[in-house]
Amino acid sequence: MAQATQTGAAARWSQRKIAPWLFLAPGLFMFTVYVLWPIVQSITLSFYDWNGLYNQNGEFTGTFVGVANYAELMTDPAFEISLWNNVKWLVLYMLALPIGLFIAIFLNQTVTGIRLYKSLFFFPFVISQVVVGLMFAWFYAPNFGLFYLLTEWITGDGTAILADPDLVTYGIIIAGLWPQIAYVMILYLTGLNNVAPDQIEAARLDGAKGWKMLWYVVLPQLRPATFIAVIVTVIGALRSFDLVSIMTSGGPFGSSRVLSYYMFEMALGEFGFRMGYGAAIAVVLFAIMMIFISGFIWKMWRDETER
Amino acid sequence: MVHSAKGVLALTAALLLSTAAVAQDKRVVTWNADYDPIPLAAAEALIADFEAANPEIDVQLTNFDHEGYKNAIRNFLTANPPDLANWYAANRMRPFVEAGLFADISDVWAENGLMESLASSVPSSTIDGKQYAIPYTYYQWGIYFNRDAYAAAGVEVPGPEGVTWEQFLANCEKFAAANIDCVTTGSSALWPVAGIFDYISLRTNGYQFHSDLAAGKISWTSPEARAVFEQFGRLQPFVTDNHAAIDWQDAAALFVQGKAANYVMGNFAVGVFKEGGMTNDNLGFMVFPEITPGLARAEEAPTDTIHLTSGAQNPEDAKKFLAFMASAEAQTKWNAAVGQLPTNKNASVDAADPFLTAGFEALSTATGGIAQFWDRDADAEYAKAGMEGFQQFLVQPEQLEAILARLEQTRLRLYPQ
Amino acid sequence: MFPRPIQQSGPAARWLYTIALPVALVIWLFPLLGVALTSLRPAADLAQGNYFGMPSGIAWENYVYIFTQTPMAKYMMNSLWVTVPTVIGAVSLSLMTGFALAVYGFRANILVFFMFVAGNFVPFQILMVPVRDMTLQLGMYDTWYGLALFHIAFQTGFCTLFMRNFIKALPYELIEAARVEGVAEWRIFWFIVLPLMRPAIAALSVLVFTFIWNDFFWATVLTQGVDSQPITAGLSSLNGQWIAQWHLVSAGSILAALPPVLMFFLMQRHFIAGLTLGAVK
Repeated sequence: MAQATQTGAAARWSQRKIAPWLFLAPGLFMFTVYVLWPIVQSITLSFYDWNGLYNQNGEFTGTFVGVANYAELMTDPAFEISLWNNVKWLVLYMLALPIGLFIAIFLNQTVTGIRLYKSLFFFPFVISQVVVGLMFAWFYAPNFGLFYLLTEWITGDGTAILADPDLVTYGIIIAGLWPQIAYVMILYLTGLNNVAPDQIEAARLDGAKGWKMLWYVVLPQLRPATFIAVIVTVIGALRSFDLVSIMTSGGPFGSSRVLSYYMFEMALGEFGFRMGYGAAIAVVLFAIMMIFISGFIWKMWRDETER
Repeated sequence: MVHSAKGVLALTAALLLSTAAVAQDKRVVTWNADYDPIPLAAAEALIADFEAANPEIDVQLTNFDHEGYKNAIRNFLTANPPDLANWYAANRMRPFVEAGLFADISDVWAENGLMESLASSVPSSTIDGKQYAIPYTYYQWGIYFNRDAYAAAGVEVPGPEGVTWEQFLANCEKFAAANIDCVTTGSSALWPVAGIFDYISLRTNGYQFHSDLAAGKISWTSPEARAVFEQFGRLQPFVTDNHAAIDWQDAAALFVQGKAANYVMGNFAVGVFKEGGMTNDNLGFMVFPEITPGLARAEEAPTDTIHLTSGAQNPEDAKKFLAFMASAEAQTKWNAAVGQLPTNKNASVDAADPFLTAGFEALSTATGGIAQFWDRDADAEYAKAGMEGFQQFLVQPEQLEAILARLEQTRLRLYPQ
Repeated sequence: MFPRPIQQSGPAARWLYTIALPVALVIWLFPLLGVALTSLRPAADLAQGNYFGMPSGIAWENYVYIFTQTPMAKYMMNSLWVTVPTVIGAVSLSLMTGFALAVYGFRANILVFFMFVAGNFVPFQILMVPVRDMTLQLGMYDTWYGLALFHIAFQTGFCTLFMRNFIKALPYELIEAARVEGVAEWRIFWFIVLPLMRPAIAALSVLVFTFIWNDFFWATVLTQGVDSQPITAGLSSLNGQWIAQWHLVSAGSILAALPPVLMFFLMQRHFIAGLTLGAVK
């Protein structure tokens, strides 16, 4: 009897040893094949020169070039422009935080119909970036676009923002901020909902209001929302492929390129098919993203071990 | 037989079905192409003619979407090669030739006397002394002009022989005074600016120089290259503003509406101009003006080609079909249907179409040579860098030194001296 | 509550707020409204330069044209064919991985978990060339399943994070009790945990649906023709043909935006619950 229970317990124990791996297997397999392994392959490929073709016998036609691709990146003006534009994206995208918070505070009321207002303000985030890009391209269009007409009316001379090498990136960033602000807004709205009312009341009795209240009482409680907002905003800024592709294809003369688009252009664009060089750009982008990923993982690690 | 391209499975299924359905004893030639509806119908008609003359052969055409084809060809040449594939001449076919994916068809050229009948296309079909392409159509570039815009600005309409460069620029001043763009273009896709640059380069220094420039043999900071940009700079103030944000069709609308007078374009644009309401009465064509006097006139005429793949299952019959596509009869028929020019000099063009006859005339008298267009004459990466430079110069002419320095840096990297 | 409820303010402030709300909304949604109006504007208006004035009529024919003369309906079907299997696949896989990571304390647990989370943030470009090449080699290039398989794999990262945290928040005593009863592990998963996961499944389904429907990058990389291109890539290529025909571009844009918008309105609570995961402690 005792024997039986013991083997039963042992079986259950070994079942609990194996079970997690069985549950993990399908997901882990897919993730390894489609995410982890390709990262390794891309890094390897970045040391090759390859035009994407296999010969008739299906053999890889690339040649090993060492760090030549990276060396070329160092002197490539298009890479420099892309990198610099990525910095602009990252910095200006952060505007989504204060603006999103402002709108969230503006909407955090309980008047009739406010729920519908909140949903409608959130709208831009639900729409595909392709559609957002087309909308703003129409807004900016030379000669008849509303923005063009507006600048023509104010200054007497219309500004075709997508044709202007100095302004084009800002024009696209504004298009990107639109849905990003909506996202941040909804994060803060949820956060505001959970701000402890007693602390607010207590602070109010102490005479705190307006900016002081926001800065010293509300914002600290919104920290989790702010953290998530920063993360999604950074990722959004570095994934800026869709808008650039739809609105300008990187033009005029490459002024609005970002790393994500330049990589695609080099690897699969009409004049590209330099897979190795594209992979090298991707590795740089990956390295930049890793800085933020590490930060995120580090914070999660802290939270996990605290619990 | 015509199929449209589908997913791999559907495609395979369609091929299996059709081969099963067609009489078993026919020998099959497969052909991948990227035709719009009108050229597709013309190709089907040619296939019917060929099959009538060769009843034992069945040519099966699989048609792809034009943009998707550029990607698809890279895949199917390795994974699943047809016997024949459409592509472009000159440097555009070089990667496929070098990867051993296109087959040498010098024998087709030799056996059918094509060296002579396709004489003008020999250079663009040849790599390392061997022929890899059958050119079957091309179209001229030049200046299309709106007679109504000329009338509105009070400028004398050019005759069939065109005008001189000085006269053209003087006209531009008058158009500017009348608030009409002298030259329009829409360069958001980059290539339209290359048309303008190519012509100024061909007219300033001649065909050989231009060809060497595209091949990376000439320094961008050389006096000859600077001379090209000097002439380009004279035209720059008269080109439509904001061209970098619009497509060539948007610029075509400006041209049709008479807001622009001249358009440096390929003959395919005539259809768009006419759809917009222009007729043979107010649409004119002239060759690009002479800049350096006495240079042999060269023209720009991109050529479309068919190739035999190295993985072809039935190369013998495919070569028969290639010889047929090179013939004067086939080229006359296809090009008449599509409104382009045959490359076979014994073929004929529709005398009722003033733009085709003008183009045929311009090309057959171009003793300087026929250029393929910047993005086919130059290697892909070099072509792109060049076009970005041309576009930037048209937007920011004051950046000339920076542009030339960057192009030169690209050249030295791609073509180490 | 922050800010102070408007009801406690004076009548002037309340009045101002009631005015400010709709005005702010119109300004905020201006690009969308402009495009919606343009989508119903007759082509003739645009040809005459009447871009923003009173339209000469309501042109439903723009939409009719799109459905009858362009492959838009086909593109939407293609999108559905990619999106629905991805939702099912990613949610199923992540239910299992999430369960494994939330319930079992094995040594590599935290490592595997962080790997899923980190993978979720990698730039697409680092995956592009190898994934495209592999899809080609497997003969799945330009098919809905080639695209869907990649999406399932990639979305599993985000979904695992979500599911794992959700299951962690469930009362662990339930599982303990079942184990004491001698219930097999897979039965615990199926009969005890799964029924409690409905809200998480709903939230993830609407989120993944929206993400995949709106995906443009992978649609461009892994598909190319009318037969399998989803609507985002299809709209982009139609945009190339509809130069200067903004009434068509607008109508196409509205159509492409409609399904996720509907999804959002129908499942709003779940959608926001999914999106704001972690925004509150």
